[in-house]
Amino acid sequence: MADLPPPVQGPTAKEKKYDRQLRLWGATGQQALENSHILLMNSGPGVTGLETLKNLVLPGIGQFTIQDSAVVSEADLGVSFFLEEEHVGGFRAEHSCNLLKELNPDVEGHYITEPIETFATQPDAFKPYTLILVTAPVRPEILAKLSAHADASLVPLFYIHSVGFYSHFSIHLPPAYPIVDTHPSPETTTDLRLLKPWPELLQFAEEKTSNLDAMAHDDHGHIPYIAILLYYLEQWKKEHGGNPPQNYKEKTAFRDIVTKAARTNNPEGGEENFDEAVGAVLKSLNPPEPSSSVKDLFKEKECVVIKQDSPSFWVIAHAIGLFYTKYGVLPVPGSVPDMKARSADYVQLQNVYKSKARKDFAEVLESVRFVERTANRSTQIEEKDVEAFCKNAAHIKLVRGRPFHVVQPNESIKWADRAKAIVQNLTFPDSLVPLYIAFLAWDKFAATHDQDGLVGAQQVPGETDAETDAGKVTGIALKITDDLIKEAVATLEEDELETIKSQVREFVEELVRAGGGELHNIAALTGGLVSQEVIKVITEQYVPVDNTCIFDGVKSKTAVIRV
Amino acid sequence: MSNEAANISGESQRARWKYLDRILSRPGPFTDPDWEPGEPVIESLSRSKILVIGAGGLGCEILKNLALSGFKDLHVIDMDTIDVSNLNRQFLFRHADVGKHKAEVAARFVEKRVKGVKITPYCGKIQDKDEEYYMQFAMIVCGLDSIEARRWINATLVGMVDMQNPDSLKPLIDGGTEGFKGQARVIFPTMTSCIECQLDMHAPRAAVPLCTLATIPRQPQHCIEWAHIIAWEEERKDITLDNDDPEHITWLYQKALKRAQEFDISGVTYSMTQGVVKNIIPAIASTNAIVAASCCNEAFKIATNTNPFLGFPETDNYMMYTGDESVYTYTFQHMKKPDCPVCSEENLARPLQVDSRSSLQEFLEGLAERPEAQLKKPSIRSEEKSLYYQFPPDLEEQTRGNLSKKLADLVSNGEEVAITDPAFPLQFKYKLIFQ
Repeated sequence: MADLPPPVQGPTAKEKKYDRQLRLWGATGQQALENSHILLMNSGPGVTGLETLKNLVLPGIGQFTIQDSAVVSEADLGVSFFLEEEHVGGFRAEHSCNLLKELNPDVEGHYITEPIETFATQPDAFKPYTLILVTAPVRPEILAKLSAHADASLVPLFYIHSVGFYSHFSIHLPPAYPIVDTHPSPETTTDLRLLKPWPELLQFAEEKTSNLDAMAHDDHGHIPYIAILLYYLEQWKKEHGGNPPQNYKEKTAFRDIVTKAARTNNPEGGEENFDEAVGAVLKSLNPPEPSSSVKDLFKEKECVVIKQDSPSFWVIAHAIGLFYTKYGVLPVPGSVPDMKARSADYVQLQNVYKSKARKDFAEVLESVRFVERTANRSTQIEEKDVEAFCKNAAHIKLVRGRPFHVVQPNESIKWADRAKAIVQNLTFPDSLVPLYIAFLAWDKFAATHDQDGLVGAQQVPGETDAETDAGKVTGIALKITDDLIKEAVATLEEDELETIKSQVREFVEELVRAGGGELHNIAALTGGLVSQEVIKVITEQYVPVDNTCIFDGVKSKTAVIRV
Repeated sequence: MSNEAANISGESQRARWKYLDRILSRPGPFTDPDWEPGEPVIESLSRSKILVIGAGGLGCEILKNLALSGFKDLHVIDMDTIDVSNLNRQFLFRHADVGKHKAEVAARFVEKRVKGVKITPYCGKIQDKDEEYYMQFAMIVCGLDSIEARRWINATLVGMVDMQNPDSLKPLIDGGTEGFKGQARVIFPTMTSCIECQLDMHAPRAAVPLCTLATIPRQPQHCIEWAHIIAWEEERKDITLDNDDPEHITWLYQKALKRAQEFDISGVTYSMTQGVVKNIIPAIASTNAIVAASCCNEAFKIATNTNPFLGFPETDNYMMYTGDESVYTYTFQHMKKPDCPVCSEENLARPLQVDSRSSLQEFLEGLAERPEAQLKKPSIRSEEKSLYYQFPPDLEEQTRGNLSKKLADLVSNGEEVAITDPAFPLQFKYKLIFQ
């Protein structure tokens, strides 16, 4: 035991509690969660909002606040898990807040029982919050105010419906919402540059394949497959005017050459490293061309012109754009997949990729510093941010956040640049766009109906007379559909239109059947989806919904559309 | 209690279910024309007895969801006790509950929170219970992390089906998650594709060859596996490795770290050591909420016919969920496999490609990893003779000699073999096809 390193500090209490999630979003993601303060503006039965908060309190957001002026009723107890019998008659926000706080002593919870109308009109009412959730029904003027706040302050805003077997949420993100740490699936991240090798990589391959035929079986069976492919590529190029295999036919011919080069006269009757080489031919012999979404990024106006106050994302993107213009490739990410090889050879190969990645990074960093100086920026971007960007450059995502529909009582709904795409989606057999339209119509009904004698309190369809209300909402929904098709200047076949209309009718009927009530299962599922998206948005990791998600609990299907 | 008082309390009980009752008492555009809303369906919902298997991440959600869907008689089985790493998602447990039985704590919590629901916990294994026990339930909802337990309950439920007795067919609703991904599926034993039919959709991770661990490690995980499988056996074989003992994990970590340094490999950490040794799968509250709620939504629809449900023959029975890149679901009908060893009526032998040059031992070890088999302790007999038996000890001794023989010397090409494994109450038939 004497030669072992000194005893380690085991994980902290926090690392133990959060172990299963830290393996997903790491310490930086966790820190971002802990810095957040989430406001839930709750209405209706209010279950989805609480289920969302439950899934955020558990992983440890910093703070939450519930705004809800409702008083706990008997009906709340049958659908909400965060209320108890003795709370009937008390404030829903207060009691739910207290029960949610029990889930995690590290989270601070607050509640506001002031009615939304007065709360939302106070100056700076939304200032403390880093993200806002609002559930339907909500008066259009308040939703519009929230939307304006999201625009001005760049605070993400979620608008949520959960009615019977259906639900929906839309996210209003800042106009430029970039994600560096997208966590692409490991199968898509291998970038070996076999068609654009640099001198050190070629030298490595040469070294490992010299005297190939005379090699002992054991040595031959341990050549890293990257070296094998590079060796046969060089041979191929000599016979093909310097060109690598370019199309499927040539690649399969090349693959045959590698297959035949494997030794079968050894004790194993084959070679694993050659199997790996053969398997990699079709995947790896492609020019290292960035995806069109990454190339488009370099053309965005924020990327082209860097100003003193440009967010650091754009400064780095600009520098990487310069790198791409110069070399026609992105910086080498530097990771190497595991492969059959001796330890020392593998580590040596890893170092070849790592040092190239470091060299590329150094060049990008240099141009970042140059851009910083010319744009007169006061603080330097941290090196680790530039490094992370270089590593994941091929998988960077930019989401262009935009406002969702706020249904006004006397205005028709505008689809603008999305009209054509949405109409096209509408014609797909399993489209959930008709369900989205049903939700818009549901909002329109609520915006134009007050509860009996109560100005200010919205009436939702189906509370008392489902049939009559379904008729009204269907009328509204069909009008929205017609207007949409008109706005898109699309002409649909008669039977296509009939199918869409009958889908709209069915979705509306099912929606109104619930009378504005939530089903706990659908609320829990939707709370799961929304909390997941909140986590992605706060941690700036993974890729969030852009910008609307619809769930159909009758068929157990989801759809994501951009509206 | 006077009649009037009972009535008032009954009414206030129903006032609680205002939102649920709308769905239960109003037909919708997708309900069957013969469906009778109202009293009968409310009645049958409150009478159906449901078994929940697992009281962990999914199980906690499932119990809450079913209680708030109007079910009144729930049973829950779980053999585990509460660990501190459960608290980031298993919301029915508090720090003070660490060490207590999950089933017990979860049942008491939901009973206290949702008045009128009765939850009967059983702290033990599903294998402790017999067919008579499972026969009492209307359906079974599973939130398990073990494929083996799923296969066992699936085989048991399929075996219980008696065509003469419709009550013997118990719908099985199964959820599973891993990080941001998961699935919810509904099985009507013998009528739809079953867990065994779908086995190859959940392939186990390939193990690293022993020779890589022993001689040519390349990854930090290889060094950890070496410490776990080889170093511990060599240096501490008298001590039983306990994955939950920090001293044991620390020992493995230090061993792995030292080996990694020898080979110039970076990246061994305590957390990675724990992850590799315990085979930790990331788990978060949001994915559990989504998958569990999807399962319970199907359970509710099956119990009430308030809408069409997954698993109705010839319709979708499987919802796959991915949440790391936007939100994506794929809902489809998984087809029954005609050669399924569990639910196929013909009981056909499933063809299995094998290398005739490999030894019986290599073949048997490979079965643990083959996606379509996943058998860890297989015993095997051919049409002619017993090839290898793990138990009892004297039969093991008699057949041990076959382990080193080549397959080609033991069976002929295309011959049928029968394989049993103590984890499953059935026999798997394979037809060995030489490559």
